[in-house]
Amino acid sequence: MGSEWWAQAENLKSLGLLIFFVTFCLIVLWIYSNRDRSNRLEEQKNIPFLDDDHD
Amino acid sequence: MSGSNPALAEQYDYEIIKKFSIMSIVWAVVGMSVGVYIASELTWPFLNFDIPYITFGRFRPVHTSAVIFGFGGSALFATSYYVVQRTCQTRLWGGGLIPFTFWGWQAVIVLAAISYVLGYSQGREYAEMEWPIDLLIEVIWVSYLAIFVGTLMKRKQPHIYVANWFYLAFILATALLHTFNNLAVPIGLFSMKSYSLFSGAQDAMVQWWYGHNAVGFFLTAAFLGMMYYFVPKHAGRPVYSYRLSIVHFWALSFMYMWVGTHHLHWTALPDWASTLGATFSIMLLLPSWGGMINGIMTLSGAWDRLRTDYVMRFMIVALSFYGMSTFEGPLMALKDVNALSHYTDWTVGHVHSGALGWVAMISFGSLYHMIPKLWNTKLWSEKLVGIHFWLATIGVLLYITAMWISGISQGLMWRAFDDYGNLQYSFVESVAAMHPFYMMRAIGGMFFLTGMCIMAFNIFKTIRQGVHQANVAGQTAVAAA
Repeated sequence: MGSEWWAQAENLKSLGLLIFFVTFCLIVLWIYSNRDRSNRLEEQKNIPFLDDDHD
Repeated sequence: MSGSNPALAEQYDYEIIKKFSIMSIVWAVVGMSVGVYIASELTWPFLNFDIPYITFGRFRPVHTSAVIFGFGGSALFATSYYVVQRTCQTRLWGGGLIPFTFWGWQAVIVLAAISYVLGYSQGREYAEMEWPIDLLIEVIWVSYLAIFVGTLMKRKQPHIYVANWFYLAFILATALLHTFNNLAVPIGLFSMKSYSLFSGAQDAMVQWWYGHNAVGFFLTAAFLGMMYYFVPKHAGRPVYSYRLSIVHFWALSFMYMWVGTHHLHWTALPDWASTLGATFSIMLLLPSWGGMINGIMTLSGAWDRLRTDYVMRFMIVALSFYGMSTFEGPLMALKDVNALSHYTDWTVGHVHSGALGWVAMISFGSLYHMIPKLWNTKLWSEKLVGIHFWLATIGVLLYITAMWISGISQGLMWRAFDDYGNLQYSFVESVAAMHPFYMMRAIGGMFFLTGMCIMAFNIFKTIRQGVHQANVAGQTAVAAA
């Protein structure tokens, strides 16, 4: 892969797409792969109700 | 402005939210009135009165800017300042920057409207403002970003609630889009006129990278932020799945940026770019529907609320329209469907099913929930909320049905050939065929505007009631002392 390959916008767009796709898959895996983490994340849904006494 | 609970005013900055909420309603009435007027001009052209300042071409950006940036923008400033404070349990950061965002933003809308009526326009859809106004927006937006991030940084809650992620993505993406789409060279330091830095197909691609991401981040992500706070809060139960809301956020963030080119099918744009836009548009269906289901299912186990609570109805109908328009969008992004739908009224109908059905209705629901809390009172009339709901729903349905029929008819008439291979209809014949549907659209708009005026009246009375109750409470406290 010479330096010319990196200068081609078409190549970089495909590479960018691949990086974004892999990152997104890792995020989904991170969210759903661990039960404790899942429970911790689900607990955050109650944040809007933590200052209910002000309503 | 008085009328707040003093203990709350101490903890949260509600004054700025009150100002933005009121102006949101004012701009909604102004913007929708202009919208109804231009829809009527298309139906009854004598309404132009041969006055250049009020013709469709000049009034159209006044309408879009007033409703998108005036009504929608002010509602987003108001709700984002409210949500970030309440979910971070801290007061807004920013001091003098906070009122600057209010007065600056209102100045932008007024200056933009005046410049359009006088004939100044960049000719870029939803970005018609000329360069001096663009620079003012840039300064205000950076201030807004600083206030939002500053408030997040001094939060008392360790986790940043997901609604704030959506708001932050909206602020960041809008900053990027606005900056790059408005790169232009003024013809002189004292001239309003400027020319884009880009040209030809590249210029069109930049414009629609901006245009569709304005839809994606300004009109979708930001209002999803509103949804993820106000739907659970009003329903009194947490969002259906917090993990799904995270996937919804990242999927939208990763996918939206690629879809702008579906606005440029069958043009000088390279075919691969066009196909890429269509592909990502189809993929967007998944997170959009995931988010919609997440919002609607929040009401799971409390569906009876929909029978009696019109504010809840506004929110759930808004989510239904979100689902419908995010199905229609990918459908229209398919090249073969687009060959029929593009340049027709179907596009106008699609935009309004999203703008009126989703954006306006979720804003109505959120403002009806938030405004009584800001003034520490209750809504003046629940019945008027019900009347508003039905007028708005009938208005949207009339509007989009008219535009579906009109748009598909236009598309079919423009591509019809006779036995000799000639075009079967002249353009003016298609215009004449649209007349009943343009009338139907104007009437739909009138329904929606009437509902909006009722909301303005109801909110005016609610605020007066809140102020009166605060005064009475103050006098009682003084007398007791």
